[in-house]
Amino acid sequence: MSNTLEKLKTALLPLVGFAAALTLWQALSMTVSPDLPTPMKTWEESREYVFKPFAKRGEMDQGILRFTWYSLILVAKGYAIALIIGTPIGFLLGLSKGFHSIFDPIIQILRPVSPLAWLPLGLVLFLSAGKQASELGALFTIAICSMWPTVLNTAVGVRSIPQDYINVARALKLSKAQTLMKVLLPATLPYMFTGYRLSLGIAWLVIVAAEMLTGKPGVGGFLWQEYNALNYARIILCILTIGFVGFILDRLMGLVEKRFKTA
Amino acid sequence: MSEYLIIDNLTKIYPTPKGPSIIVKDFNLRIKKGEFVTLIGHSGCGKSTVLSMVAGLNPATDGGIILAGRELAGAGPDRGIVFQSPCLLPWFTALENVRLGVDQAFYTASRTERHQIAEYYLTVVGLGDAANKKPAELSQGMRQRVGIARAFALSPKMLLLDEPFGMLDSLTRFELQQVLIDLWRRDRKTALMVTHDVDEALFLSDRVICMTNGPEAEVGEILEVTFPRPRIRKEVLNHPDYYRLRETLISFLNERSDLRPSRDKVGVEQNNIPHRNEPGDHANRPPSTPAMALTS
Ligand SMILES: Nc1ncnc2c1ncn2[C@@H]1O[C@H](COP(=O)(O)OP(=O)(O)OP(=O)(O)O)[C@@H](O)[C@H]1O
Ligand SMILES: [Mg+2]
Repeated sequence: MSNTLEKLKTALLPLVGFAAALTLWQALSMTVSPDLPTPMKTWEESREYVFKPFAKRGEMDQGILRFTWYSLILVAKGYAIALIIGTPIGFLLGLSKGFHSIFDPIIQILRPVSPLAWLPLGLVLFLSAGKQASELGALFTIAICSMWPTVLNTAVGVRSIPQDYINVARALKLSKAQTLMKVLLPATLPYMFTGYRLSLGIAWLVIVAAEMLTGKPGVGGFLWQEYNALNYARIILCILTIGFVGFILDRLMGLVEKRFKTA
Repeated sequence: MSEYLIIDNLTKIYPTPKGPSIIVKDFNLRIKKGEFVTLIGHSGCGKSTVLSMVAGLNPATDGGIILAGRELAGAGPDRGIVFQSPCLLPWFTALENVRLGVDQAFYTASRTERHQIAEYYLTVVGLGDAANKKPAELSQGMRQRVGIARAFALSPKMLLLDEPFGMLDSLTRFELQQVLIDLWRRDRKTALMVTHDVDEALFLSDRVICMTNGPEAEVGEILEVTFPRPRIRKEVLNHPDYYRLRETLISFLNERSDLRPSRDKVGVEQNNIPHRNEPGDHANRPPSTPAMALTS
């Protein structure tokens, strides 16, 4: 009895939160921020994008899920680069004291730099690539911003491998490759996937900044365009979409992470 | 008989902030082929240090170790090690854990042969049915059985055991002592084992080496244990020499602890000493356990 009540509560309480947010939003647009569209107005101006999510009316006028898809592809590329580069760096940091002493200070300095700061540098870096410059710059920004959790978590994971496991490898005289594949890598996996999850969150976070500057179609690019076109309602649509997609990505990575935790 | 393991003036010095700390000094020991030797001494005297130097996991500061006529350098699968905690890799099944060692020791054998070796040793320690379970699904005692299987499956030149049963309850400990001694009897592997447990030392070994207290620990007293083999726990406990040997060991340990009252762990684990014909005795247990199945 109390169990079903408990379940009902956990299902209904989030709705209370949403209602409160909507009320606040409505109140703000009616008082201090007259330019902020009300929830109702936002919905009216957005419904076309929501109900025809895959429509393509023009380069910068497409269904919201179509935009999301473009953004996801860009993020996936940048994120993949981050993992491919970040994981080995994390391993080296964890394994070698020398490597750690050499590179840890640089990492600590580069880590807090915001995506908005990286983008111009990314564009400069690939200027010679001509037409491709903006996309490469965006990928660079996504990769360099989202890499750090992977690097640091992998390094911590490697450093916290129990001496017992390493002793097993030594006692059996496993080769370096075998030690890596059979002992170090499996022992580090849970940490690596925590890093991967956090990295994905950041990669998605960077998308708006990246697309803002590249002007490519995507949720971020759309958001920036609608801001310039004074269509504030659709900015909110983009924000909600970004939040929702980010939430789903985090949940999915959480599931993957959990699998490796129990292994 | 030939001397199979020769430990010569083995010394270990750790550098500490307060200057070098001499843990073990001029430790000398010779073990014959097929001998089962236990090392006993107070907590912190350096037993594990000696064993890990023989294992090659910890470099000696000075002195040498010769095994089967060759000076040892570094670790290797020619020595089967059983650690206090089973040290199984949790992402592998019991069988894969044993296979990891077998693949190293028998790299020339075929896949099927290596699989069979691993399976055989798991069956011998009574885990034939649990071969495909992960360590997390096994009890502490079962995990240590896997650890024992892994060490024996290497067909090593010698066995090194560091308090392999220290973390087990006394009933499981008796069971695993039997598993160990049954396996050992098959091919008389030379064995060096560290223990805290006087009764365990007397039941298993041919010689008990008492280590003096650290720092600068070395070999103190050496006790020959001549109970006939194969040993049955009940008979060993009833042997006329048993309590005399036991008293000697305990008084050696107590004498040492009187000299150094600062040691935290004093004497043997008194509460684990079995009394005569106690129901926990292995010999009295029903023959359904895997350990008993081995003796038949
Ligand atoms: N890395 C190290 N640096 C400095 N001192 C150490 C180090 N490792 C071990 N020691 C010291 O060496 C001594 C012997 O340790 P060891 O583990 O060999 O004792 P032990 O006889 O096996 O004890 P126990 O019965 O509790 O297992 C201890 O006093 C310990 O403090
Ligand atoms: Mg020890």
